[in-house]
Amino acid sequence: MKAELPIAPDSVGPVIPKVAHFTTPLKLRSGAVLDDYQLVYETYGELNADRSNAVLICHALNASHHVAGWYAEDPKNVGWWDNMVGPGKPVDTNRFFAVGVNNIGGCHGSTGPASINAATGKPYGASFPVVTVEDWVAAQTRLADLIGIERFCAVMGGSLGAMQALQWTIDQPKRVGHAVVIAGAPKLSTQNIAFNEVARQAIITDPDFHGGDYYAHQTVPRRGLRIARMIGHITYLSDDAMMERFGRVLRTDDFRFHFDVDFEVESYLRYQGEKFAEVFDANTYLRITRALDYFDPAMKHGGNLTHAFKSAEACFLVVSFTSDWRFSPARSREIVKALLDNRRDVTYAEIEAPHGHDAFLLDDAHYHELIGAYFLRLATEIESRRAG
Amino acid sequence: MNSTLLHARPDFKVIARWISECSRVLDLGCGDGSLLQYLAETRGVRGCGVEISPENIVACVRNGVNVIQDDLETGLAEIEDGSFDFVILSQTLQAMRHTEDIVDEMLRVGAEAIVTFPNFGYWRNRVAVTLGNMPVSPNLPYEWYDTPNVHLCTIDDFERFCRKRKVRICDRVVLSNGAEVNLAPNLLGQLAVYRVEREA
Repeated sequence: MKAELPIAPDSVGPVIPKVAHFTTPLKLRSGAVLDDYQLVYETYGELNADRSNAVLICHALNASHHVAGWYAEDPKNVGWWDNMVGPGKPVDTNRFFAVGVNNIGGCHGSTGPASINAATGKPYGASFPVVTVEDWVAAQTRLADLIGIERFCAVMGGSLGAMQALQWTIDQPKRVGHAVVIAGAPKLSTQNIAFNEVARQAIITDPDFHGGDYYAHQTVPRRGLRIARMIGHITYLSDDAMMERFGRVLRTDDFRFHFDVDFEVESYLRYQGEKFAEVFDANTYLRITRALDYFDPAMKHGGNLTHAFKSAEACFLVVSFTSDWRFSPARSREIVKALLDNRRDVTYAEIEAPHGHDAFLLDDAHYHELIGAYFLRLATEIESRRAG
Repeated sequence: MNSTLLHARPDFKVIARWISECSRVLDLGCGDGSLLQYLAETRGVRGCGVEISPENIVACVRNGVNVIQDDLETGLAEIEDGSFDFVILSQTLQAMRHTEDIVDEMLRVGAEAIVTFPNFGYWRNRVAVTLGNMPVSPNLPYEWYDTPNVHLCTIDDFERFCRKRKVRICDRVVLSNGAEVNLAPNLLGQLAVYRVEREA
């Protein structure tokens, strides 16, 4: 197919994912071991001579290693954070070497529940272990070793990606210069876990789920995934943003006294659910929501978040959005407090944005200006360290 | 740091004189971070600002200054007692609604506080009021109807406030056109710079 999109000067352009194989067993937090596994990743920009300009971009629930650019064979498949990463963009690929990686347990090419288990010759399915943010960081660390990055100048992410950035500073303090923690939280609230549980129940109770071994039955628990996505989607938007976008607008002139789509918002949620169920793996959804639930670096420290960050050496940029009720500014402030207690260098910004949790993915001039300014500061740091 | 800025903010030099090398400094209402940048360059301090305006947050990041976006009126809940060697409130006291609370908060989170404010007792201000108008000058550049300054005070007022609130004045410099004023400071001084601590 011919590329339909013009090559925008601020796009990294066509990209090709790479695959890294690992044969050293990876012991997971659950105690399970992945004997061998692969990680699919993409890189943007050039790694400089002293390998000091690498930025790791961590993905959230339903994204992947495809952070920026597009695929020659599928030009409409634009990276999920293409507005953030590219030449002249906030994470300027003229200055930085950005790395996007699909986490283990994922469904975009890295080893996950749908992958073939070499030991059985069949898909892992239900037998694929529960993975955690710590496991992801451990796997990402091995990828860094493989591509020769001793230290990331920044590890960056939004939402669940922000949690990975935080975990990096705890688990690999020497290997991360700055953590850019956007729309994050130090742990999920009870309400957040409750939403995840509803989503998981929707999947698990779908008759097509077959206890997680639906690959063998050649079914897909689409109904469950659709509902899971619909619930998730509601929590990513603010009440105001939904009202603004859909109001109480009906698809026809009047109520039709049925249970099919009447309101625009129903149509939208169904569409989002459908789209998602076509591309996402239900077993991955279960595992990623579990990773969210289990993330709690303070747990090992009697609930004391300040103690959790004792080993951290990074500088931090923490960003929240005023209308984000899923990972509210108050949760980011908990992180900021713990970092200040540890006398870390920290900058905190609360962006006035109406969109809810999704705001971290959207194009907001002030938000992007802030991230751009922060990365410019990093670039200056790198330059002066090289000169000095 | 450019000389224009130092000329515009003569209190910066006085503050730098008082701040010990490599200390930890919190600057409340830090604006674009100029003071912290200046203190980092001249005194090697590790600093952090607190600022409410989104534009200033970006400006601080551009200036390489750490900043926390927060409203000073709601206190400094994220900051533990005694986290800083110095807490600065530079030309912001007069714009605070909760003057008493912020001074308490400064002396809670810092060992010492540095406060600067325009002296309302300066003779030109007195003349303006005597002639029947609120003063408008380089130090008080607002009209009465658009001013953020809700708690203007004189040097005498501030010192009375300190005595009442058990705040010990360690040092004071009064400035007029950038020069120190020793004679009749409450009458001849435009800008007051104080270093204070909690009374033992």
